[in-house]
This record gives sequence, C-alpha cells and structure tokens, in this order.
Amino acid sequence: MADDKDVLRDVWFGRIPTCFTLNQDEVTEREAEPYYLLLPRVSYLTLVTDKVKKHFLKVMKAEDVEEMWFEYEGTPLKWHYPIGVLFDLHASNTVLPWSITVHFKNFPDRDLLHCPSSSIVEAHFMSSIKEADALKHKSQVVNDMQKKDHKQLWMGLQNDKFDQFWAMNRKLMEYSTEDGGFRYIPFRIYQTMSDRPFIQKLFRPVSPDGNVHTLGDLLKEMDPTALPNDGEPKRYQVVIHGIEPLLETPLQWLSEHLSHPDNFLHICIIPTPTD
Amino acid sequence: MSDSAESPTETQKEDSQPPTDDSTTNEEKKKIDVLLKAVGDTPIMKTKKWAVDRGRTVQSLSQFISRFLKLDATEQLFIYVNQSFAPSPDQDVGILFDCFGSDGKLILHYCKSQAWG
Repeated sequence: MADDKDVLRDVWFGRIPTCFTLNQDEVTEREAEPYYLLLPRVSYLTLVTDKVKKHFLKVMKAEDVEEMWFEYEGTPLKWHYPIGVLFDLHASNTVLPWSITVHFKNFPDRDLLHCPSSSIVEAHFMSSIKEADALKHKSQVVNDMQKKDHKQLWMGLQNDKFDQFWAMNRKLMEYSTEDGGFRYIPFRIYQTMSDRPFIQKLFRPVSPDGNVHTLGDLLKEMDPTALPNDGEPKRYQVVIHGIEPLLETPLQWLSEHLSHPDNFLHICIIPTPTD
Repeated sequence: MSDSAESPTETQKEDSQPPTDDSTTNEEKKKIDVLLKAVGDTPIMKTKKWAVDRGRTVQSLSQFISRFLKLDATEQLFIYVNQSFAPSPDQDVGILFDCFGSDGKLILHYCKSQAWG
C-alpha cells in the first residue's frame, strides 16, 4: 500500500511526452524540425516552453515573430490552465506524443490571454492560490504567510522543486480535526461540450449531518449528466491527472492529494471513447 | 461577442434602492448585483452598483470601468475580489458571485496599480 505522500510525488512528477510542430503557414528560412519535450502536468505551457521558442526562432526572421501561442487540432490552448488539464480535456485517449502546433502570428485574442513574461504566469498562479485559500480558510493561511513564503511556492513550481513547494504548500492543506476538512473545496469542473469555461461553486467536504462528501456527491450536485445511469453504458469519463478516481473517493482527500499546485482540484468531464 | 464592452448592458441602480426581493433566487437570475469600489487614488464611479450579466467576463467588466472613468489606453486597471486576489480576466462574474458574493451582491475593488499581492 503506497503512502499518501507518494501520491503527491506522483502527481507532481507527472509528465506528458509532447511533439511541438511549427504551424505550416509560418514563414521560415529553412525547414523547421519538430521539437520533443516532456511537459510537467502541473505546470503552465508558457512557463516550460522557452526551449521550444528558441528552437523555432532559429529558422525564422525576427520580423515574422509575434507572441508565441499553441494549438491542438484547431483548439487554441489556454496557457493559464495547468498543462495536465489541457491534455485531459482535449487529448485524452489519443496517441502519444501529444502533438501541439506552435504559432507566432495571428494571436487569437478572443480565446487566449496574453502572456508576455513569466511574471504574468506568477501573478496568475498566486491569485489562484489566494482564491483557493479564500475558499478553504477564509484567506487566513495565505494572509499569514510572508512575501518570501509566497515566493517559495512560486519558485518551487517554476524550478520544479517538489520539496521546496510542499514545505510551504502543506500549510495551505491544514485544517482542524473538528472541522473534518476545509471550509469549502476549491474545485473547477471542465466539460468539453460546454461553452462556459468551467463550473465553480461553493461545496463543503462534509454534509450538514456529518457525512463525508465524495467525488460522486459533488458531481451529482454540479453536473449530474456526468454520472453513469444504472444499466446504461458510461457516457462520460471523470478525469483528474489522467486517471478516473473512484466516485466514492472522499472529496477532502482528493483536494489534499490531487489538487494542482494552484490548490484547485481540476476535474475534466470528457466523452467516453467509442472504440 | 455578446459581452462586448462597446455596448454595456449594465442598468444603473440607485444606491439607496434595496435589493429586489422576488421569488427567483440569484441562482436563476441572469443578472447579478455588483458593487464597484475604488482603491487608493483611483477615481470613484458615481454609480457604484450595477446589474451585470452572469456570463460577463472580468476583462469585459474591467474594460467597461476603464471607459467609464475615461482612463488612458495605456493605464492598467486591476480588479480584486475580497480585497485579496485578482480573478482571471476570462473568469465569469457569475462564478465569483456564487463563491464570493455576500448579501446578494458581489463587491469588487478596482485600482490603477497593484493593490494586493
């Protein structure tokens, strides 16, 4: 039986083999070779693709280069969603490596936020942590931290330092035993079939009569169509970090162990593959 | 885009007007009440309370405020929830209302410089 701490490690070191290909409409001076990279699931595209940019800039003229952005099969990829969420949502059940197209022009302003520097990623990441702590502890834990503590969380993510990150992040995971969990669970439910970005509402880890809420309880309230009906084939997969956790799993446990570094539990609802 | 800031759909509300108490819950309402508060030396808006579509994004609301205050295009505007975090620009205000609203309204602070972290 694996220790729960091993789960944190497994989540942190999850990688997706990815092949970056230059969009064929980009103007190049010679042919651009594809670039292969193992992407950390818990990081952000614009944070881990400096090498990709450098690789393609070698074959391009500076005047042909605008802000870099990524696309998968026609869908622009939102850099401010964790990489693992983008993969689970758009590319689950496809062949690896994940094939991402790189663009340097025609930035899709309607679909993507601009990301001129890593400080934008940092601001987004820290805001997410603060938002999550507002739900978990009325912001008390994150407000009690010092600037250097916030920096430690960010540097841990940016430099892929598990121990550095978790030495601080464990404070954000604390709660009193009498409460039985966080005030509310910070979660986001993404659906490929929806035009709204995601579902996020208030949901407690324990019911008023003291029962532990499970992943199934959450879905029943937020997105009942995602749950299988008795005797019918399963229409949707409920995916977190590339796996389908049991619907009986307590939500508090999932929040503590399967949340992304931004402290949100990101849940993807995707159609079950037909083949 | 339906939530374009070019054609604001906010309807002005009197500050003194009590929240409407009809039978529909806020959950079902298409619009939510947003209270906008200035921070520091950022100009205040004479009208503070607005009814905003739930599906409107933070970015679109921010553009509306910038236009309302006649800010330069170069001036940034930061929006904060709970005086603590800046929501993502593509976040729907409806979600912020569901998670961080109180007394039937969502209070947002706006600022020309970074006010909180």
